[in-house]
Amino acid sequence: MEHRNESNRPAARVVTVDLIVALIVFAFGAVVVYESYRLGSSWSSDGPESGYFPFYIGLLICISGAMVFGQSMLRLRSDMKVFVERGPLKQVMIVLIPTIAYVLCVQLIGIYVSATVFIGLFMRLIGRYSWLRSVAVGLAVSVTSFMLFEVWFLIPLPKGPIENLLGY
Amino acid sequence: MLMLVGITLGVIIGVLPGLGGANGIAILLPLTFTMSPTSAIIMLSCIYWGALFGGAITSILFNIPGEPWSVATTFDGYPMAQQGRAGEALTGAFTSSFVGALVAVIMFTFIAPAVAAFALQFGPPEFFSVYLLTFCSFVGTGKGNPFKIIASMMMGFAMAAVGIDIVTGQLRLTFGFTQLLNGFHFLVAVIGLFGIGEILLSMEEGLSFSGKTAKINTRIVLETWAKLPRYWMTSVRSCLVGCWMGIIPGGATPASFMSYGVARKMSRDGAKFGSGQLEGVVAPETAAHAAGTSALLPMLTLGIPGSPTAAVLLGGLLIWGLQPGPLLFAEQKDFVWGLIASMYLGNIAGLIVVLTMVPFFAAILRIPFSIIAPIIVVICSIGAYTVHNSMFDLWLMALFGVVGYVFKKLDYPLAPMVLALVLGDAAESSFRQAMLISQGSLSIMWSNWLVGGITTLALLLLFWPFFQTGMGWIKARLAQEGGR
Repeated sequence: MEHRNESNRPAARVVTVDLIVALIVFAFGAVVVYESYRLGSSWSSDGPESGYFPFYIGLLICISGAMVFGQSMLRLRSDMKVFVERGPLKQVMIVLIPTIAYVLCVQLIGIYVSATVFIGLFMRLIGRYSWLRSVAVGLAVSVTSFMLFEVWFLIPLPKGPIENLLGY
Repeated sequence: MLMLVGITLGVIIGVLPGLGGANGIAILLPLTFTMSPTSAIIMLSCIYWGALFGGAITSILFNIPGEPWSVATTFDGYPMAQQGRAGEALTGAFTSSFVGALVAVIMFTFIAPAVAAFALQFGPPEFFSVYLLTFCSFVGTGKGNPFKIIASMMMGFAMAAVGIDIVTGQLRLTFGFTQLLNGFHFLVAVIGLFGIGEILLSMEEGLSFSGKTAKINTRIVLETWAKLPRYWMTSVRSCLVGCWMGIIPGGATPASFMSYGVARKMSRDGAKFGSGQLEGVVAPETAAHAAGTSALLPMLTLGIPGSPTAAVLLGGLLIWGLQPGPLLFAEQKDFVWGLIASMYLGNIAGLIVVLTMVPFFAAILRIPFSIIAPIIVVICSIGAYTVHNSMFDLWLMALFGVVGYVFKKLDYPLAPMVLALVLGDAAESSFRQAMLISQGSLSIMWSNWLVGGITTLALLLLFWPFFQTGMGWIKARLAQEGGR
């Protein structure tokens, strides 16, 4: 995202982000309209086709996206409100990036190990707790959720090689 | 005993974002097969009441709605907690939920047959006009940019349309991705938009977690109870909205929003709504519970579930060999009256449980953010995964988290999107059925007084903000002319 390429303290203005989001909304609507049109948005012999309802939904998305875009264009010069500053943006990234890494880990090695590592590292690196406490909390959450879901409710969650070693 | 277990489980389910009433009951359904049908349905319905109560706790303290129907409670509940009035807000929420549920149960007991007969006259156009009214009331009562509300709502509808078309069985909007076959489940969206999005927002505000401590003791409870009678008009209105929305399959979520909107328009302090008004907590909670309870009414009398959770309960009844419908009242008297009795007792037990357990939940809130944040992420991920047992949903959750963060900062309301996602399929199929009946003519929306009235009201609400802007502009022009 273009939040990052400005070097001064405010990373982005509200109006700029508003414009971009309105464009994305418009594009989303356009995709829906196109796909519905392809499916058939009119009447066939047995009634409305599959794209009948989504077609108008997509149209409405496009219209409202365009309206928001227009409204933002009018304010482009005057509105200097800051969307996010660089410091807070860094804080957001501190959560967002590990979360994405965590989801990736769940896919690769299963949810229980990832959860332990994720909670442990987060507490250690961001909360600055001792290793002992971090690992303890991480393990406790994993074991509790394991008992709750696998053993009591019999709901399988994603597992990896380590759970296989333990016989699950 | 079963009741207490059920309610405690329900409250925990309600508190955890991602584990919802429908989900929780679906998860626990297999556990009850060993019990007799009556005790099983009592336990399950107690979980349902518990979840209804529990959703309010996280909405008020964390600004994270545990359940979709408690989204409206965050509007005033969270500001109250920020002002240190969390105890008052919680007591208000619990008590008014109790009142809402009680009124609905009483109505359930007495006027069930008459109402059921009335609802039988509903055809697709009536259903669609009711959905239309719900959605238009968002635009009419929302305080933000109407185009942003519409954009957010319509994106919800578009996402609901993804997957297999329920009428023709055709695939649509999947673009060849097999993961999109199932469509977007609203729980995944809710978990991402509210759960992850909220964590990102609170990170931006610095590490001070926005959860508020709740001191609740007998004095605060009594003081709040003394204040509540002042809002009796709001309560009555909300009960009516709730019962109505529960019986016609609107469900608790739209009921809580409608009730909040109506209360804001009608209240003397309407302008102060959103800044921590007790009334703004009372209205949605009363309606949500009234709707949640009365949603069981069409399920039992007609076999039409009024909410997703009622639909899961319906599935459970069928597994036990009980066929819901008018005959159930004649053939399974024990069961029906057992259920109704459990509604009275369950709600009283629920009120006591939640009021006594608040200190326990308050203790959870004193845990620092750097511990609770990763734990919430893990719980959210479990919740998102168990919806479809699909890895893809976890990625969606992360994506929705970012969307939720950006949308919240830009004042795009998230609630209409979620609601549209939940009701999208139902709204679409009723619209298409109505169009089939009329052969594509919109005039069916005014074909009789009932459907015509609802549709007209909906359109009035839809154009209300534009009308207001227009009037303001004309007034400004007149003032200019007059000044000259």
